[in-house]
Amino acid sequence: MSDIPKAATPEAPAPLYGVLAEYDDPTTLARAARKVRDAGYTRWDTYTPFPIHGMDKAMGIRMTKLPWIVLVAALIGMTVGTVFQYWTNAVNYRWLVSGKPFWSWPANVPIIFETTILFSAFAALGGMLVLNNLPLPAHPLDLKERFRRVTDDKFFLFILVRDPKFDEKETRELLAATSPSVLDDVHEDRGSSDQVPKGLIYALLIAGAASLVPFALFAKARESKMSHGRIHVVWDMDFTPSYKPQSGNPLFDDQRGMRLPPAGSVPVDHLRVDDHLYQGKVGPAFASTLPPGIVADESTMKLGKAQFGIYCAPCHGQSGEGNGPINQRAETLKQGWVPPSNLHQQYLRDQPAGEIFRTITHGIRNMSGYASQIDPEERWAIVLYVRALQKSRTAQVSDLTDAERAQLK
Amino acid sequence: MATPSTTNPYQGLLKGDNPFAQITDNVSRIMEAPKPPLAWYIALGFALMLLGIFGASLGYVVWEGIGAWGHIHPVAWGFPIVNFVFWVGIGHAGTLISAVLFLFRQNWRTAINRFAEAMTIFAVVCAAVFPGVHIGRPWLPYWMFPIPNQMGMWPQFRSPLEWDVFAVGTYATVSILFWYMGMIPDFATFRDRSVSTVRRFVYGLLAMGWRGSSRQWHRYERAYLLLAALATPLVLSVHSVVSFDFATSQLPGWHTTIFPPYFVAGAIFGGFAMVVVLAVPARQFFGLKKIITMKHLELMAKVILATGMIVGYAYAMEMFIAWYSGAMYEQFAFLNRAFGNFAWAYWTMIFCNVLSPQVFWFKKMRTNVWVIFVVGIIVNVGMWFERFVIICTSLTRDFLPANWGAFIPSPIDYATLAGSFGLFFTLFLLFCRYLPMVAMAEVKAFIPEGHIHDH
Repeated sequence: MSDIPKAATPEAPAPLYGVLAEYDDPTTLARAARKVRDAGYTRWDTYTPFPIHGMDKAMGIRMTKLPWIVLVAALIGMTVGTVFQYWTNAVNYRWLVSGKPFWSWPANVPIIFETTILFSAFAALGGMLVLNNLPLPAHPLDLKERFRRVTDDKFFLFILVRDPKFDEKETRELLAATSPSVLDDVHEDRGSSDQVPKGLIYALLIAGAASLVPFALFAKARESKMSHGRIHVVWDMDFTPSYKPQSGNPLFDDQRGMRLPPAGSVPVDHLRVDDHLYQGKVGPAFASTLPPGIVADESTMKLGKAQFGIYCAPCHGQSGEGNGPINQRAETLKQGWVPPSNLHQQYLRDQPAGEIFRTITHGIRNMSGYASQIDPEERWAIVLYVRALQKSRTAQVSDLTDAERAQLK
Repeated sequence: MATPSTTNPYQGLLKGDNPFAQITDNVSRIMEAPKPPLAWYIALGFALMLLGIFGASLGYVVWEGIGAWGHIHPVAWGFPIVNFVFWVGIGHAGTLISAVLFLFRQNWRTAINRFAEAMTIFAVVCAAVFPGVHIGRPWLPYWMFPIPNQMGMWPQFRSPLEWDVFAVGTYATVSILFWYMGMIPDFATFRDRSVSTVRRFVYGLLAMGWRGSSRQWHRYERAYLLLAALATPLVLSVHSVVSFDFATSQLPGWHTTIFPPYFVAGAIFGGFAMVVVLAVPARQFFGLKKIITMKHLELMAKVILATGMIVGYAYAMEMFIAWYSGAMYEQFAFLNRAFGNFAWAYWTMIFCNVLSPQVFWFKKMRTNVWVIFVVGIIVNVGMWFERFVIICTSLTRDFLPANWGAFIPSPIDYATLAGSFGLFFTLFLLFCRYLPMVAMAEVKAFIPEGHIHDH
């Protein structure tokens, strides 16, 4: 024992806490640890700058229960992820997505996976800290200046006085035989407490209580009535500088937000002074001819036929006899129906072209006006086509030209 | 201690009788030096300038509305989402190195895992900014979280965009936990070496009273293994979920089942490239050449080559499947990628991601820091273009020619892209100076002197 340099022990009134041996390399430490283990000590530990493989075995450390803690946390995370998604999306606020079932679980798997990992990771770190009794602000070993090198390059073995096998003489001899570089006594630390400082605890308590204040205000706001409107921190598009139609506008004499157009203004394309073209009238009476701009030629006839087929034939029928598919359906249903006119009736044959134009434009009886759907020029084309249909029932051979008569033969 | 000496990059490097103290000194002196190297100040100044641009341009976007960015119908995603996917991808290497290589017992990772993890976290921070602002009303991001509200509404958990919130959120949280836990023993080293009270208090607080007890190490290592086992599927899931944003849509060019593995491989590829880009100057300026050795850089070059080949395979397979599907729109989408309006971007991507890493077949190139550094930058450019190609070509040329459009980025687009690098580098430079840049305890455990030699 004499060849081992013994550290100078200062006059220490504090009781002995344990015996500390210092080593220079992991192999010597492991040999020492095996000896201490085999001697039957239980309240002892080794301190190293890094984890040494094989040290668990040399010290006889049993497997930690940390994996089980993490497993439980993983199962809790999985359950929380599943139940929370089910309750929120399928029960409490049912999200209808493209007609899928409210609970279509494969699409919920990614988030279940993430919550499982999240809970497990917190359990792994938190469990390690709790099982290791961390954080630990102070320890008697901190009083040893040389112990600081435990996080650098030195290896330590420490046996506590509390160990049932501890004996001041025997334990020292046991450690001295393991060829430590230094053997030292460690005394209890009376100067510093291993408790968290009181001030820090109070500060944390006050901060914790203060952090609840906003939530208390939220809770109060939920239960109380407000005399003012919602507070808009960010206005988004809730308020715009424009004046709404029914709101007032102080800029104008009449204080109205909605403005009338100046008297006499005509919207674009709304100037309709030609009575013949737009009303079908010449003076007070209906016009008997097409307006000057509409030419009774083959292209106008084709246009009229096409528009008649689209707008008129559904009720009046392709040949204008009032038997279109809508009429047929209405007759079958027998629910009361004003039938569309047969365009071949005598009084319709006698009507001036302008009156037929008026009927298409403004409607009659059950028929609504088509002004919004068919342009005036197209309406005149329909009139021309109706005239042709009517003529088709009363035409005489004498109406044909000589060439056409020749074809008939 | 079955590590064969030939694979140990530290064999014969750390000479002298106390390699542990050498490692501690090498890493701790970066924090303890009264002044960091001049290069650090220059780099920080540049990074802060870019960060200022980031803040100003994002402030403008928030104030004016997201129309300040160049995206417009039909490219509603544009640069912000390209940048988001790019940064999330960068953020994959850290956890991959920490977790996946740990599970595969690739112990060489110990030299680079710490700052790769830091890089991960900073990249995820950069990534989160973009969708956070791109949502349009950045003051309402909490609508994405399941918080009880007066409308009685809950988020739609079956949407891939909501999966993203959880995947990226969980990934950021678990990465921070993993990073912090890894640093606890190194904080204790910093604490025990501190001479000033402030440092001793701050690092002491962060170390939480760690004293290196073997009984604590036992639980610590178990927790580390568990976190690695949890983070491994997590890192694979994050970019898979990001790829679902595309793959679950019906757009030609997005609607493909290869996306999840293709995105993950691309993320590892881009992430490793960023690690070498950061590692090369870091080891140079902070004197870490003995800890981050040429062997490490060579191994990372090999990973870049391997993942680059996987990415190249994915590009080829996309083309093949488009042809093999017989689907007209799919075929057009891919022909258009290679020969259409953004063909230049496509061929830039092919050059950067598929061709440039091929130089790593040669050992001479793998062991030349300049080649590694330059290829790392090229690959990062290529990975940015990969996301640009996926988003912009597909959106500008979808099913109906009537719905086709052009995409012209605005100056604000470029400003936010450049600015995000400012945020990333500012955080990284502060990390280099004030936190343990290398996992000292893990490196010590890995060198031959750290093993028990008599059993």
